[in-house]
Amino acid sequence: MSLLTPDSGLLFWMVLSFGIVLVILSKYGFPVIVKAIEERKTYIEKSLENARKANEQLSGIQKEAEKILAAAKEQQEAILKEAMVEKEHIIDEARQQATTAARLEMEAATRQIKEEKERALRDVRSEITDLAIAIAEKVMKDKINHDKSQEDIINKLIDEMSFSKS
Amino acid sequence: MSLLLVCLFSLSFHMKAEEGAVDVQDIVFSHIKDAYSWHITQVGEHDISVPLPVIVKGKASGWHMFLSSRLDGGKEYEGFKLAQEGDMAGKIVEKSADGEWTRPVDLSMTKNVCGLLLSSVLLSLSILGAARWYKRHPGEAPGGVMGMLDFVVDYIYEEVIKKSIGPDYRPFTSYLLTVFFFILFSNLLGVIPVFPGGANLTGNITITMVLAFCTFVAVNLFGTKKYWKDIFWPDTPLFLKLPMPIMPFVEFFGVFTKPFALMIRLFANIMAGHTIILALTSVIFITVSMGVLINSSMTVVSVAFCIFMDCLELFVACLQAYIFTLLSANYIGAARVR
Repeated sequence: MSLLTPDSGLLFWMVLSFGIVLVILSKYGFPVIVKAIEERKTYIEKSLENARKANEQLSGIQKEAEKILAAAKEQQEAILKEAMVEKEHIIDEARQQATTAARLEMEAATRQIKEEKERALRDVRSEITDLAIAIAEKVMKDKINHDKSQEDIINKLIDEMSFSKS
Repeated sequence: MSLLLVCLFSLSFHMKAEEGAVDVQDIVFSHIKDAYSWHITQVGEHDISVPLPVIVKGKASGWHMFLSSRLDGGKEYEGFKLAQEGDMAGKIVEKSADGEWTRPVDLSMTKNVCGLLLSSVLLSLSILGAARWYKRHPGEAPGGVMGMLDFVVDYIYEEVIKKSIGPDYRPFTSYLLTVFFFILFSNLLGVIPVFPGGANLTGNITITMVLAFCTFVAVNLFGTKKYWKDIFWPDTPLFLKLPMPIMPFVEFFGVFTKPFALMIRLFANIMAGHTIILALTSVIFITVSMGVLINSSMTVVSVAFCIFMDCLELFVACLQAYIFTLLSANYIGAARVR
């Protein structure tokens, strides 16, 4: 069975050529290819990872923006509310001030009126007294002298009259 | 077209067949076995073949180098001739001083040697070319045929070498890739029927023996302590180890049977493929003597089967390269246990 017996000549050439091929390819061939493939693979993996990270960051930024927006809205509402309160407060205060001012004015006016009235009354009274005395003098020119006791009586009468009036 | 060609061939063989029955065994074996010249075809009675250099060292006369065409037809040249019969039939023999024919040291560039050199050169050129491409295009992925090579290297590297060997796969990467592509190239060249293909390289036991021996060395030279311990003191019940070392013997035997199986598997698969295709082709010429009807119908059958077998051989060529690499990686991986 020469099919199963190794041939020395072919063995020699096989060892030689396979050895040379093995040395050449394991020095200049496959390491280069394998390295290139590995590098490409890591590059692709890294790129994918970077893309994933960027996506994550983007979504983070979006979330952040939403948060900021929400915070701004809240702040705006708070400020508006505060302004509202402030407005009401100011209006209230103004009203109060207006009321007090009006009251004070009213009081002053009342007081003045009262004083005027009193002065007028006094004037009127003295006028009336003078008038009454003049009348009385005219009526009782002869009978009654222009003395002090009579004046007192008339004043008393007038007081009584004004009392009964008021 | 091919049918026409086959008919033409059968016609030319028709004349030959009338002289005597077609010797199928001779046809098949002359193609499968190594030869000193590269036979291409036969036109009539005339052989067309490429003569190859014969390099022999005679016992007394020293080195000789001449073309194999000098020995055509059993002629004698410088004391050498092709043995026609006996143990050394088909080999070059030398006439020694006492008239006996003996085998000289024979380093002839036979058909297989030329096929071997061809596939080695092709392999080196394509892999070095690919490496140069990668150097010039860093970070890029190739397309076309290079893309296929890229895919195959990547697949063998990732799925076979890394997964089978484990963490310290790196030193074996180049060897396993070289073995894979060497077998693949040789197998595919063997499937091509015309010159310069068709050398039955991986169907030759010498070639597969060297490859299997390389794997044997890679496995046992780099085996860990645990690997050797598992061989000589395996984890089996004590009575299997003492007093009769049955299991150690089986394990130790396995060290040699594994590469032996590698050698036989590749050799047998490729040789069988070549044999079947040649035998199917021979069917045409055998049936020539049985009449035109049988001959033409058998021709159709034979061509159909040959096409099928060729496709199968293409598949087997890839498969056997893959299996040899995978098993080598597995054996190496098993020897790297911790």
